[in-house]
Amino acid sequence: MDPKPKEEHWDLVIKGHSSLFDLKFADVWRYRDLMVMFVKRDFISFYKQTILGPLWFFIQPIFTTLVFTFVFGSVAGISSDGVPKPLFYLCGITAWQYFADCLNKTSTVFRDNARIFGKVYFPRLIMPLSIVMSNLIKFAVQITLLLIFMVYFYFQGYDFGFTYALLIFPFLIVIMALLGLGIGLIITAMTTKYRDLAFLVGFGVQLLMYGTTVIYPLSAVREKYPEYVWIFELNPMTPIIETYRYAFLGSGSYSVSGLLYACTFTAVVLLAGIIIFNRTEKNFVDTI
Amino acid sequence: MKQQAVIKAEMVSKAYQIGQIGTGTVTRDIDRFVRTRLLKQEDPFLKIGETNDRSVKGASNMVWSLRDINFEIAQGDAVGIIGKNGAGKSTLLKLLSRVTGPTTGEIKVKGRIASLLEVGTGFHPELTGRENIFLNGAILGMRKREIAAKLDEIIDFSGVERYIDTPVKRYSSGMYVRLAFAVAAHLESEILIVDEVLAVGDAEFQKKCLGKMGDISKGEGRTVLFVSHNMAAVQNLCHTGIFLQHGLITKSGPVASVVDFYLDQELSAFDTSFVNVATTKLPTYIKSFEFTSDIRTGSPLSFEVEIISDKVRDTEFAVGIRMNDTSPIFQIYSGHVGKEFRINSGTTRITGSIPKLPVMSGNYSVSLWLGHSGIQLDFHKSAFSILVKEGAIVTGGPISTRNGFPVITESNWSVQ
Repeated sequence: MDPKPKEEHWDLVIKGHSSLFDLKFADVWRYRDLMVMFVKRDFISFYKQTILGPLWFFIQPIFTTLVFTFVFGSVAGISSDGVPKPLFYLCGITAWQYFADCLNKTSTVFRDNARIFGKVYFPRLIMPLSIVMSNLIKFAVQITLLLIFMVYFYFQGYDFGFTYALLIFPFLIVIMALLGLGIGLIITAMTTKYRDLAFLVGFGVQLLMYGTTVIYPLSAVREKYPEYVWIFELNPMTPIIETYRYAFLGSGSYSVSGLLYACTFTAVVLLAGIIIFNRTEKNFVDTI
Repeated sequence: MKQQAVIKAEMVSKAYQIGQIGTGTVTRDIDRFVRTRLLKQEDPFLKIGETNDRSVKGASNMVWSLRDINFEIAQGDAVGIIGKNGAGKSTLLKLLSRVTGPTTGEIKVKGRIASLLEVGTGFHPELTGRENIFLNGAILGMRKREIAAKLDEIIDFSGVERYIDTPVKRYSSGMYVRLAFAVAAHLESEILIVDEVLAVGDAEFQKKCLGKMGDISKGEGRTVLFVSHNMAAVQNLCHTGIFLQHGLITKSGPVASVVDFYLDQELSAFDTSFVNVATTKLPTYIKSFEFTSDIRTGSPLSFEVEIISDKVRDTEFAVGIRMNDTSPIFQIYSGHVGKEFRINSGTTRITGSIPKLPVMSGNYSVSLWLGHSGIQLDFHKSAFSILVKEGAIVTGGPISTRNGFPVITESNWSVQ
């Protein structure tokens, strides 16, 4: 036994305020098993007591594609850049839906989990991360749907002209996930005290879809409203969706500068999101 | 040798805002933010010196739930935190389990903390028992392989083996709690924090839980913090007590002295009499009741009851002594000694007594019953609470303190 430990070592110091840039990633890493458990929980509870089970992941994009093909493609006659219309919409919808789900679910994470957060500690960031991961599973399932469509249209004679752009597809997913996560984190942190933002998110995300090149190509905007195209280019989701479509379908306005912009935007939003989220998590239980 | 401290709290305070939050306070919030965060001033909305007393209206709408708490907990100690509702016990546990942060001060901790503020946190109804063990364990901070290694032990302890692959939404509430506690009890943490979660479950399971917690602190040398209103459980389980009152530590030290101090303090909260204040009166009812003697283990107990009736009746009267959860212990019933009272219309006063009060010191609930031939005329299931003081069952004998059994009796002994 050492008679007098000079500087006592403490594993944990609980105090009111922590450093702004203490992002607690080590803590998150330690709880990685929990994240896996949450993903598993979300996945299992999604299809428990359903007959079609994970098939439900297909049904929503299929129907949305059908409706979009009819409304925007046939009735409104919006250009699809020469891509078969169902393929064009399905491609946009799956990607957009992933982003929107990440954003929507993350933006209510404090409110939805107030009860469990009020009873036990774990790095709160685990929850939004698990949301992003669960949606990734759903997204992966939907990508197979897209591939099925692609195979069908390939045999129908459509030439995709695959390029090296397909290689950055994983990178696009990460950017989409992080962007949705970042915005969601900011919103959820701000809604713990003032609920107003929560209302905005509900329809805001939906409206934003029309501001992003999901149901029309950026080239169509360039043609019709060349003076307003910068507004669309300011939207970080536009280059992502465009590149995504370029990667899969070989059509779309793919630009490195656009992607760089999206990356920078995402990095800034994500960092801000994590900082705000971590500052809020400490005391939100008292106000929610 | 003095054990090393594993938890050290220094000047810990926690303030809560009471009343409405977030309506019409945006400007105030901004003001507060600028002053406290940017200018590093004291929070203008936290008035110094105001304590957390719910019954008194304070000047500000901030209230201190804990105020400048300092304490140290040594390794392997079992600490009972006691105090009335609203004294800050749960707040303290919340701070320790990092659910919320302190307003000022800091708490230093050595080792992993597992806290059990509620059993079954995060259980998902659609998942099976087995899946929930993993989920719940992970929420409480266990790694997957740790849980897998203890899975059999957990299932065995829970006693729900047969249903382990059934979704927990089909479980009875008892099974649910058993499974949840089983997970928590097998946490591998150096420090275990338990809020009053044992109030659920049947007596057998409560005993099992308490036993397990005893093992954890005594056998495995881990540190346990335990909050309870059950003084017997606290005394059984803990060596050290901390008594919180209005957010301040009023007394800490060996558990027996702290519990005694607490019970003395609580005395003011107990009555010796009951007055019927119901607005709608029955035709025949108990107007008031009073213990007219000292309420002490082994001492004579006498009482007086006032009954009001609309007509002449034959009646019987019973005083029930019950546990705090109103489960009965014993009854002083006139029918047991073949006694009936003819009461007149108007007020009738009856007195009664027993030679020796046969319950151990502690607090109990009192019920009052008035009836005739088993037919109830008036009944107050928990009329009021009493505190029985420590005493000896035989005159001049040793003072008996509560040791788990509530009832005490005289006894004769001889060696053959």
